[in-house]
Amino acid sequence: MVTVNGGLKKKLVKEIKVDVDKCTGCRSCEMACSAFHSVPKYSSLNPARARIRVIIDESRDIYVPIRAGEYTQAECTGRNIYTINGKEYSECSFCPSCCPSRDYFKEPDSGLPLKCDMCEDEPPLLEPLCVQACQQDALTYVEREELVEEQKEQVKLEEMEIVFDALVKKHGKKKVMDTFARLSKG
Amino acid sequence: MRYAERGYDLEIDLSRGAIDRVETDPRLMELYLGGQGTAAKLLWDRVPPEAEPFSPENLLIFSSGLFNGTPVPGATRTAVNTFSPQTSLMAHALMGSYFGVELKHAGYDKIVIRGKSPDLVYLWINNGKVEIRDARHLRGKGTQETAALIKEELRDNKVQVAAIGPAGENRVYMASIDHSHASAARGPGPVMGDKGLKAIAIRGTQDIHIAYPAELFEKCLRMAKELFDNPNVGDWMAVDEDDSFHHDNFSWGNARVRRKNFWSKELQERWTKWKYDHMDRQTGCYNCPKKCHNVISWPGRKKFSYKCYGKDTYHMAAFLELDFSYEILGVAQELGLDSYSTPQVIAFALELLEAGILSDQDFPGMPSDVRGRFFYILEKIARREGIGDVLANGAYWAARQIGKGAEKYDHNTVKKFEQLPIKLGKVNPPYFLMIATGEKMSITQIEGSFPQDPLPTMEAREKFVKDWVAVPDEKFKKWFLAWEKRNEISNEASCAITDWNEAMHYIDDSLGLCGFVSSFRGQFGGKTGYHVWNIPELISLSTGVDFDKDKLWKTFQRIRTLVRAVNVRRGLRRRDERPPEDHWAVRDEETEQKLLDDYYEFKGWNKDGIPTKETLDKLGLNYVSEDFIKRGILTGNGGAPSKETSKEQEKQ
Repeated sequence: MVTVNGGLKKKLVKEIKVDVDKCTGCRSCEMACSAFHSVPKYSSLNPARARIRVIIDESRDIYVPIRAGEYTQAECTGRNIYTINGKEYSECSFCPSCCPSRDYFKEPDSGLPLKCDMCEDEPPLLEPLCVQACQQDALTYVEREELVEEQKEQVKLEEMEIVFDALVKKHGKKKVMDTFARLSKG
Repeated sequence: MRYAERGYDLEIDLSRGAIDRVETDPRLMELYLGGQGTAAKLLWDRVPPEAEPFSPENLLIFSSGLFNGTPVPGATRTAVNTFSPQTSLMAHALMGSYFGVELKHAGYDKIVIRGKSPDLVYLWINNGKVEIRDARHLRGKGTQETAALIKEELRDNKVQVAAIGPAGENRVYMASIDHSHASAARGPGPVMGDKGLKAIAIRGTQDIHIAYPAELFEKCLRMAKELFDNPNVGDWMAVDEDDSFHHDNFSWGNARVRRKNFWSKELQERWTKWKYDHMDRQTGCYNCPKKCHNVISWPGRKKFSYKCYGKDTYHMAAFLELDFSYEILGVAQELGLDSYSTPQVIAFALELLEAGILSDQDFPGMPSDVRGRFFYILEKIARREGIGDVLANGAYWAARQIGKGAEKYDHNTVKKFEQLPIKLGKVNPPYFLMIATGEKMSITQIEGSFPQDPLPTMEAREKFVKDWVAVPDEKFKKWFLAWEKRNEISNEASCAITDWNEAMHYIDDSLGLCGFVSSFRGQFGGKTGYHVWNIPELISLSTGVDFDKDKLWKTFQRIRTLVRAVNVRRGLRRRDERPPEDHWAVRDEETEQKLLDDYYEFKGWNKDGIPTKETLDKLGLNYVSEDFIKRGILTGNGGAPSKETSKEQEKQ
């Protein structure tokens, strides 16, 4: 992988637009996501495993679908409270992190982090399944091309690598390697 | 492996504080589906007919529907069943939103509650960990306030809560159980209060499995889109602001006055503005593409939501306008009172005051304006204070407690339950049967597949029947084409129409399908989302058990007959099956009774409305026929003992 400074290349950007005013709180997106990512595909349903969750607070009229992003070891040191159209939102209402402060985006059994992959599949889906499941158009999908400065190609982590990465961050490389070595002997 | 259902019920004994997770018999699903179907079986098996509704022996059952938590869109309803203190019969309540789905994800199909707690408690179900917790600090709290406090206490906003308000705690017969933007009325609220159970909180994070998952998922994704695009399903009142139908045709006050030209364009504009100036948004239930709940923020009130005719009941009972409903609904829902029966009871009380049967002394300190009076009586009922203690028993019982001719003013109840305030001219025969024989207490829980009225021209009728897929049999098309006048339709057709209407509700309420995408929505436009032709495949795909239309129909008949049997064993007879005397202006007792005879025969019931041995045995309900013979409800040859055959004999 050679990086040529200053070079430009085309990059496909996948975006899900979220219109919080259109969300009805039906959580079809959660249901569909959990089905798509179960193994075998569609074999189980469980919003707790979904990589999209609708943050709902009925008493304050808050309905915000958020998508699982990166795992983070520690929660923020402080949080912003945003007032938008007279309604107060915690920063967490928009945050995609799988974070120790809450139980979103963690496998309910193992606690391992979940991350949205935009429903990558072979053949590719027309749209991520949460978008297909949302009849209200609270979620819409856009693909666009962007010119970006060419950089070192990022290595895309596979699922197991994400898990190991999380374990290494939590326990340190040595402990994980020792444990792995011990287990593989057994 | 159990598919679509979980195969376990959660059994709670509040007297002993016992909690058990009990595996259920997989054959029950094939026979009774789930929801109210399997709940009826539990009530039959476990509550002796002599058990009082307010006794530890009475069960309070929260049932998820078979389709709750599956990809089937619009399958959100939780059934709540028990024996009602108002009617003494099987209470039948439904609520949408998320409750049944969360229950299934926690690992259970039902919560079966028996006994009575010595003090106020709530139930906390966190997957396999279940606790009965102290709720004394929640005494007197409103329904939403309770939910908020419990979520805070459990530090989890994803917990789903169903709670009673002060009305339920005080065992008010019109008390509801409220959850999110849904509410379960018609009986279980006061029983929950009697059991000392303030609320149930659930958090479930387990998988639900489907027998043929990919096929079902793909089909359901398509169906969700179709339901979204179909204007005949969901609540059209959420988008159509012309509500002349209810205001010009239903009765106002204590179901007395029709105001035929009430609606106007000016009024519609004013009311539309009230709505949209105060509406936060419209919400939907779990995995449903419709949005039927209108969430309103009215100044000085807690947010509340309503759907359909629920926005009209208070202001029509008070002869006021929409702003009054908006003003009172938030208060009434926090108190945990049903918005269908409560306003009628208040209007009934005010009529008694006007008639001099009740006096000013019965209402000490009551304001003189009608708004103030409604709020005053509402509070008295919820707290069972003064006259409120009497009115809290509903119009039927209150009238008898008050006496002095008050009985005459209880003119709109059937089986002791407040009916929708509808007063019409000539009898619509299927409606006569539905109101007379329905056991879900409200016409909205019985009607819905066959249109309410004939269409004026043959051309319109032909257009209607052209793509009428939902009909279980072609004969319904023939009858609809030939139907000219509302009151002129054969007994044969009336029986079959009533049966079909009822079938769809009994199926929905066992599967957890919402009437707004299914049973209630066939009558308008004929293009409802679910019917006897597409439901069997959905059951087969989700559960892995083969179903077809005939098997589904027989399952409906089994559940329906079992519900009738449950009530017959508690004393329900023909004498109870009478629509209000003034429901229609023009009546003919002989024709009506002949129609009822024909319907009983059509259903395989005897002249007293009791299912015959032959009917019961054919449906595999031999255990019912054996019990009926043992108790002398049926004689060995299928007849009924003569002492309870008709209203006339009862009078003698």
